[in-house]
Amino acid sequence: MMGEEFVALSLTPMLIGTLAAIACALPGNFLLLRRQALIGDAISHVVLPGIVVAFLITGVIAAVPMMLGAASAAVVAVVMIEAIRRLGRIEPGAAMGVTFTAMFAGGVLLLEQSDTSAVHLDVEHALFGNLESLIWLDATGWASLLDVEALAYLPVELPRLLIVLSVVVLFIWVFWRPLKLSTFDESFAQSMGIRTGPLGFALVIVAALAAVAAFDAVGSIIVIAMFICPPAAARLMTNHLGTQVAWSVLFATLSAVIGYVLAGYGPLWLGADNAVSAAGMIAAVSGAILALTAIVGPHRSRSGAPAEE
Amino acid sequence: MLWQALTLQLGYNATLVTLGATLLGVAAGVTGTFLFLRKRALVSDAISHATLPGVGLAFILMVAMGGDGRSLLGLMLGSAASAWIGLLCISALTRRTRLAEDAAIGAVLSVFFGIGIVFLTFIQTMSEGRQAGLEGFLLGSTAGMLYSDAVIIAVGGATVLLAVTAFRRPLSAVAFDPEFAASSGLNVPRLDLIMMGLVMAITVVGLKIVGLILIVALLIIPPVTARFWSERVTGVLWVAGIFGGVSGYLGAALSAIAPALPTGPVIVLVSFAMFALSLLFAPARGVLAAVLKHLSFQRRVHVRQGLLALAQGQPIYEKLTLRLLRRAGLVRADGVATSDGKARAAKALRDETRWQMARSREEFALAATFYDGLTEIETVLTGDQINELDRLIGAPKGVRP
Repeated sequence: MMGEEFVALSLTPMLIGTLAAIACALPGNFLLLRRQALIGDAISHVVLPGIVVAFLITGVIAAVPMMLGAASAAVVAVVMIEAIRRLGRIEPGAAMGVTFTAMFAGGVLLLEQSDTSAVHLDVEHALFGNLESLIWLDATGWASLLDVEALAYLPVELPRLLIVLSVVVLFIWVFWRPLKLSTFDESFAQSMGIRTGPLGFALVIVAALAAVAAFDAVGSIIVIAMFICPPAAARLMTNHLGTQVAWSVLFATLSAVIGYVLAGYGPLWLGADNAVSAAGMIAAVSGAILALTAIVGPHRSRSGAPAEE
Repeated sequence: MLWQALTLQLGYNATLVTLGATLLGVAAGVTGTFLFLRKRALVSDAISHATLPGVGLAFILMVAMGGDGRSLLGLMLGSAASAWIGLLCISALTRRTRLAEDAAIGAVLSVFFGIGIVFLTFIQTMSEGRQAGLEGFLLGSTAGMLYSDAVIIAVGGATVLLAVTAFRRPLSAVAFDPEFAASSGLNVPRLDLIMMGLVMAITVVGLKIVGLILIVALLIIPPVTARFWSERVTGVLWVAGIFGGVSGYLGAALSAIAPALPTGPVIVLVSFAMFALSLLFAPARGVLAAVLKHLSFQRRVHVRQGLLALAQGQPIYEKLTLRLLRRAGLVRADGVATSDGKARAAKALRDETRWQMARSREEFALAATFYDGLTEIETVLTGDQINELDRLIGAPKGVRP
């Protein structure tokens, strides 16, 4: 790997993948402990109709309207799941299933019906993302990192994800104690005067924000994988929330970097000519990490409780 | 065109696909009901996503063995194998680690799908892979389907439906009450396995029609819809089967009339439309029924309170109360009670007094739990008990000079 080629072709996609993975894994820790892990799955499905509607209204593929569309679709989905659950007295899993399949189907149908052949918007792109295309053509080597002119042409996804990641980190840092309390003992948190309802909703919104930003850059498959696999693997490593979050960040980073390298160079090592999907490979690596911790993780089984049969 | 599609006159293949989708819809609705009642609806989402690596690997293997790799039967076998592995992973994760089932579902779903995508991108670089059309398995595509594929889908749909019919009794017993089913001699773990096997069969047959991302809708939406129409397991099973069949039939027929109407999403949206209508208009559990029930309750409270006010000679200011009493002919336009109103008011006051006495006496404690300010006491107590209450209250007496 020569520095020149690496900085131009691999550094930015790798960074973007890592940032997206961490941004999703952080809120994923809390969603996992709150038994809401599949919210990430639901959100990443409903983002598609949001983006399609935003495109149909504005007629352009631009970041801001698409982010707004995706975010409002996520809010619509959360409200709809709650409405179905309350009005129909349906269990949450089924309510979620009804909502995200219907919205995703609507998104696909809209996409097929509208003329999007001129722009880069299709279902496959939404699912797999296009991490490999986020290259930094103006870079000529490591020195470019100090070159203001070249830095101006960084892929826009990089600063955008950086901002979203800071928002996520800030949210978790500011609300660490209330989040921790309400996750482990909701009624105790309430007795301490923490408003657990709005806090839970805020967590879902932050997760949606991370999902939307990551989705734009890397596709929905990484989003779902990163919401669940690194936190789940981290959960099997430790009993402390702080340590779990740290492990999940490490696992997310490892998945992104190893996955990207394997996708880009693995086939070449095996003698094939072309790279495979980086998004798919990153998800696969995160699964391998989870499998490893499930076999040898120090806290893999329920402590003190008999194994469930 | 639409009429022809609905009456199955769009050619042999389209007819076979529509019939297959209908049979599959019925089978999925019924099987989905078992899943739904066992609160495991989203397991099917993981199973369907876990089929993708199998599809890709089967294609690669078939090409490696010298075929063209597009044999639907071979791809279906591959998808079944990898779905089964996915299912094993879920049960291993939930049983052997402390992760909850939802985390296991999400992990298997995303990881298997990711591996599948890796295979798909690899296939695209193979010379045989350019026209493989494996992307059709993501969202389903029935356009330009081979005759042999259509036959496989129709036969597959019929087979799954037969299997579901054969196992419906023990499966519904387990779904309704697993502990009771176990105590009456049913092998619950094995029946759960059969249920998952059926889910897998539906997924595999539905891959080509609905696509693996949306097949889960066929298993979830009809049972949830049916839950609005029946409180009994058999009822929900029947209704879910019918809804599933209708959405399969309508969806496949509608999508046959235009190329830009992909089959999977259309079937799901037809199904969702029926769900939305049921949510709003179902007779007992629907939103409209709930609103009507609430309104009628509100009216009864207003009339009752209005009558009590009349009986005690208090003026009524509440507009809704006045309007309701006037409409029932109990008060005149100026707010004075009619003779009918006076009689009803006296009755309401007597009722209320009797209730107050009943609630203050220990021997009526059970009956007093029925008190809600609306129920007439005659519907709760016998004539003798009411006489006893009246004796306790005491008759009106004159004042001695």
